[in-house]
Amino acid sequence: MALRKEHITLRPVTKPGPDASRAEVIAFLAETARQIRLQDLALVHFGGAGHIGGDFSATDILTTLYGVVLDVAPDRVDDPDRDRFVLSKGHVAGMYYTTLAAFGFLPVADLATFLAPDSKLNGHPNRLYVAGVEANTGSLGHGLPIAVGLAKSAVLTGSDRRTYVLTGDGELQEGSNWEAMMAASQHGLDRLTVIVDRNRLQQGATTAETNDLSPLAAKMTAFGLAVVEIDGHDHGQLLDALSAHPVPGKPTGIIAHTHKGHPISYMSDNVAWHHGVPNDEQYALAVAELEALEAAR
Amino acid sequence: MSDLYDCRDAFVSTLVELAADDPRIVTVVNDSVGSSKLGAFKAAFPERLVNVGIAEQDQVGVAAGLAGGGMIPFVSGAACFLTARAMEQIKVDLAYSKRHVVLCAQSPGVGYGELGPTHQSIEDLAWLRAIDGMTIVVPADPIETAAAVRWAASYDGPVFLRVSRNPVPAIHDESYEFVPGRSVRVRDGGDVTLVANGTVLWRALAAADLLATEGISARVLSMASVKPLDVDAIVAAARETGAIVTVEEAIATGGLGGAVAETVVTEHPVPMAMLGFPGFCTTGSSAYLIDKAGMSPEGIAAAARGVVARKR
Repeated sequence: MALRKEHITLRPVTKPGPDASRAEVIAFLAETARQIRLQDLALVHFGGAGHIGGDFSATDILTTLYGVVLDVAPDRVDDPDRDRFVLSKGHVAGMYYTTLAAFGFLPVADLATFLAPDSKLNGHPNRLYVAGVEANTGSLGHGLPIAVGLAKSAVLTGSDRRTYVLTGDGELQEGSNWEAMMAASQHGLDRLTVIVDRNRLQQGATTAETNDLSPLAAKMTAFGLAVVEIDGHDHGQLLDALSAHPVPGKPTGIIAHTHKGHPISYMSDNVAWHHGVPNDEQYALAVAELEALEAAR
Repeated sequence: MSDLYDCRDAFVSTLVELAADDPRIVTVVNDSVGSSKLGAFKAAFPERLVNVGIAEQDQVGVAAGLAGGGMIPFVSGAACFLTARAMEQIKVDLAYSKRHVVLCAQSPGVGYGELGPTHQSIEDLAWLRAIDGMTIVVPADPIETAAAVRWAASYDGPVFLRVSRNPVPAIHDESYEFVPGRSVRVRDGGDVTLVANGTVLWRALAAADLLATEGISARVLSMASVKPLDVDAIVAAARETGAIVTVEEAIATGGLGGAVAETVVTEHPVPMAMLGFPGFCTTGSSAYLIDKAGMSPEGIAAAARGVVARKR
């Protein structure tokens, strides 16, 4: 089985206008996230590889960022004053490419080349290949230091742009993240927001069984961040936390509690789906569950 | 002997001069202001000296982010830590990402000789040569250091620049301009070629003087650009002099010697000797350790006699 152009069903979305109500914005995010999950599921199923578990824990965070929060657009990818987003958990590239395609940074048809030989849609994103990607990630623990540099450059150039970085939770076992959090706080980078996709699972087991991060909020607070904890699948909570005015002088930490594989019944919170590939039957079931979400609304 | 210089002085004065004209230039340090002699930069542009503390992975990652935000970061720290500790950030965040960041590797080689192998940085050139897209520069004197700093500020890509504290005489003249991939023939000769850079270039020149008294005419190439390499000059040296000795303040394999040997063996094989350190060094001053490894002028001359004898 191979990924082909007929498997690309996603259509670019139109963002809600400035007059849209909060309920309309949240409904837009929910429906966009559902469409993005459907497309990413097809990439992984037909492409035969990917990181579906982490893809689905991060979907609502990415959709909210690109759908509403980030001040960036496909025609402004070189604007010095654009907001910066760094995907530190680069292994969710399939989800990231799908999100970028939904919001017009990448032709949706290109998604059919995901992981194909010599494709620009590598298993981990490359800023030189895909417009809108700010950093070449894939090795864990690189995004947060880069985001600190991006946020510091905004201070040095007098720009009020914001910088967001999304890390995994298992990823925080890499010490470079804590070096960067110390520096972010020392430099008072309050236009920096560190989002942790707290799905509690890593490749081989739970984070608690592997190298426990708890108490994560207390640790990040101790490193000088202003920390909030939210439901990382609740678009209203994501919207509020990601758009909130920062605490002056402190970087923001958002611990987004999520479920790996959300909301698919057999994937959710199941470590086997870190980089599992759904077979035909599992694919059909996941599609049916995502379609039922629309019917339920 | 002529006056001796600490290349850090030329490094810092050039950087301050460039930064005065270009607000994008920043330095990123790991509590290394004193050891990098960056006091003058800190005094002139305190807000543009970004100190991340003793944290080299963060230091290089932050520099990549600063470059992404439009700055031109000069990352300065002890060569041993900057390379080994942050190797993956150098590979991924700088080279693979094509970021304009200048790594200023302070006190490389055995500059910290007495402090032992933890602080000696003899592996850096071999490690970094394997990374695609890096430009590697090993200046020999203050003029070459200043020229390399000026060039690095203008070049849009990742650069590794050794900045040494070992006292060296001035070799190049004031008109010298650094060009990547271009060497300078600092002495002409037809019997053997000595290829050297960094703080041992003057030793190669002194060895050529010794060889001249014995009737051996040695060419000396100043090869500051380890990557890209001046392949044409090396092939010409092989063809025209028939024997080559490389001399560097680094492990004998994988750095300048390795680069020259790869060219010689594929383009025009001739007898070669590669001088450098055989492995971890003992403790001692940089001069002591370099002499001990056979890179005194007499040691280099002896190696040159050896390759000349092997010529057919």
